[in-house]
Amino acid sequence: MRILTEAVAPVTADFSEDTWWIWLIKAVAIVVFLLTSVLFAIWFERKVVARMQVRPGPNVHGPFGLLQSLADAMKLLFKEDMTVKAADKLVYIVAPMIAVFCSLLTFAVIPFGPNVSMFGVNTPIQLTDFPVAVLYILACASVGVYGIVLGGWSSGSTYPLLGSVRSTAQVISYELAMGLSLVSVFILAGSMSTSQIVTSQTAVWWFLPLLPAFVIYIISMVGETNRLPFDLPEAEGELVSGYMTEYSSMKFAWFFLAEYINMLNVSAVATTLFLGGWRAPWPISSINDGMFNEGWWPVLWFLAKLWAIMFVFVWIRGSVLRFRYDQFMKIGWKVLIPAALVWVVAVGVVQGVRQFSGLDLRTVLFVLAGLVLAGLVISFVIPEKKQPPAPKRPPGPQVYDPYAGGYPVPPLPGQVLPPSPRKRRAEDTAAAAQADAENQTTPQVTQEVHGG
Amino acid sequence: MSPLATTLLESGETTTAEAVLFWTLGPIMVLAALGLLFAKKAVHAALAVVVVMISLAFLYVAQDAVFLGVVQVVVYTGAVMMLFLFVLMLVGVDSSDSLVETIRGQRWIGLVAGIGLGAVLVGVVGRATYGKPFGLSGEAVDNNPTGVAHIIFGEYVFAFEVVGALLVTAALGALVLTHRQRLTPRVGQKERADARVAAGATLTPLPAPGVYARHNAMDVPALGPDGQPLESSVPRVLRIRGQEADAEEFAARTERVLAGASSVRGVRGNPPPKASPEGAPVNAPELGAAVTDTGQDGPSTGAGGVVGQEDRT
Repeated sequence: MRILTEAVAPVTADFSEDTWWIWLIKAVAIVVFLLTSVLFAIWFERKVVARMQVRPGPNVHGPFGLLQSLADAMKLLFKEDMTVKAADKLVYIVAPMIAVFCSLLTFAVIPFGPNVSMFGVNTPIQLTDFPVAVLYILACASVGVYGIVLGGWSSGSTYPLLGSVRSTAQVISYELAMGLSLVSVFILAGSMSTSQIVTSQTAVWWFLPLLPAFVIYIISMVGETNRLPFDLPEAEGELVSGYMTEYSSMKFAWFFLAEYINMLNVSAVATTLFLGGWRAPWPISSINDGMFNEGWWPVLWFLAKLWAIMFVFVWIRGSVLRFRYDQFMKIGWKVLIPAALVWVVAVGVVQGVRQFSGLDLRTVLFVLAGLVLAGLVISFVIPEKKQPPAPKRPPGPQVYDPYAGGYPVPPLPGQVLPPSPRKRRAEDTAAAAQADAENQTTPQVTQEVHGG
Repeated sequence: MSPLATTLLESGETTTAEAVLFWTLGPIMVLAALGLLFAKKAVHAALAVVVVMISLAFLYVAQDAVFLGVVQVVVYTGAVMMLFLFVLMLVGVDSSDSLVETIRGQRWIGLVAGIGLGAVLVGVVGRATYGKPFGLSGEAVDNNPTGVAHIIFGEYVFAFEVVGALLVTAALGALVLTHRQRLTPRVGQKERADARVAAGATLTPLPAPGVYARHNAMDVPALGPDGQPLESSVPRVLRIRGQEADAEEFAARTERVLAGASSVRGVRGNPPPKASPEGAPVNAPELGAAVTDTGQDGPSTGAGGVVGQEDRT
């Protein structure tokens, strides 16, 4: 770490006064923050999803059911830790460790705030930063997936293996789109260091000028963390629970922990790269000469944005269905990656024009918006192509064949079913009964036979 | 400039920290590399390569090449090795290499070539004289990615473009070579569904095994509404193995229940459901007797006859 932090100058955060005990405090604080956040996140998710499904959610243990996830954690701790017979022992044990360890690494480079005075030492609220910090985050994420892949493979059973194969394919395809969407931020910010990227968002947060990249990032981050609607590696309906089917007790809990920490990670990256990091939102940021952008206040804004994105995660989970696997791959390779590539080229061109013509970013954006508007106006002027008139339907209800395509199809408006043979039989019976009644005066009721 | 580079410039030697790092990672890398050679399972070999790659990345970072180190992990560990693992898992995870020589005498040729390469390497490395190391200089130290970018996109831009074109060509070549023309129309989900309907197959899921409220074992066929056992409800594997329970027994039991509903009721077991206070009957009396029977007429599977049915979530 010493080498990392000191080899760099073009990083805005100033770590020059840091001592070893400051590092220790920050590192421990990050781990504690992550673990408590996971407990809170599980409760948060269950509560929000419950509200969306019109039920109360966990509400028994502790105030508002807040201690529910603690109880769950204790339950997992005390469960029997099983190692399946067919497992590849070493890999089986190491896999969950890889997943958790790699997920803990990301927050080392996430800036929580600007420089503050910590026990008399002037230091940023961030463990470390270096010129390739965001690439480092991607690297940690890509190594973390080994946990999932190896966990599935080492279980020596079919469903976990299928889950891990799916996970491999998913990660390879979605990390591409994710990386490409981040490239446009690198181009505009001119850096890959997280603190520098936050500094570059003083005027405008990148999610506005880079909206397509932001959308692509949000989609691929859901794919990256295996969350609904992209939770194919652990799809309960198809693969029991995918790569963690054969895991129990603490090893299972570690996978669970890694998944939630990864959610926090990608949310923190989205906050830092697109939503201004720890910067206060606009009306607040201008109060009292930027008072709320200094000291410990920024931690509040950072956490607010982080949890807003976590809410989006839960919201998506509560409202979208799981994708079919081929559709999922199609979206990744045929929509997200080409879109991200086109966007990177577009941003590169705009940035090139900006640099070589010396124009302000705002001017360039206004010119671009003007061009789009002009195109829109022109598109209104061009007369629409005449549609050939629809074939005229004869008036009155149409009798159709409901079994024409093999399926029974309900009638559309303007169509009626052919007369039902059953109804006709019933009418015949009724007519016969009436005729009978006219003949003999005693009424007869057909007895329904039960349990035939 | 980092203290590392400074000491390198002044004394021509690396710091203790770097030496410690090297002598820790070195043995690990050698062991992992040997593991690649001697591992029995292909996945273990792949893991050994991952260990070597990540250790290499640490060494790169220690030598001020931060960008190279991180990109090494992202590209090689994260993408290339992941693809390897993917293929290993698809092809068959546990198949150890076949020991049949496809080319005659290839082992001896390989051994000789390997020894030759080793001799050449030892000769070259042993005879080389090392100048005084001077580390990185200028921008490459302060802002590693910018320095790398200046070199790649300035000095070596042509080579870079050529390599890029080569890779794209290779990828396209792979696509062309593996491309097969479709001879039959594509059969998708819709086509399959249409075919199923046209063939008159069962459209709904097959009935689950077990007799409602009496027995839920996998080998017990479900009873249809007519009281007859449904063969298709028992998993195919069990049917082929001949492990299916005797359907006739369960059917007969149901017959008995239906026949003697009134005599069974009131002797033992649960009473039939009471009619609701409003006076409307919950069920038709005949049905109620059949459903609430406790299964005394045959080998019962549990109290109340609803084993395993009550707690499915």
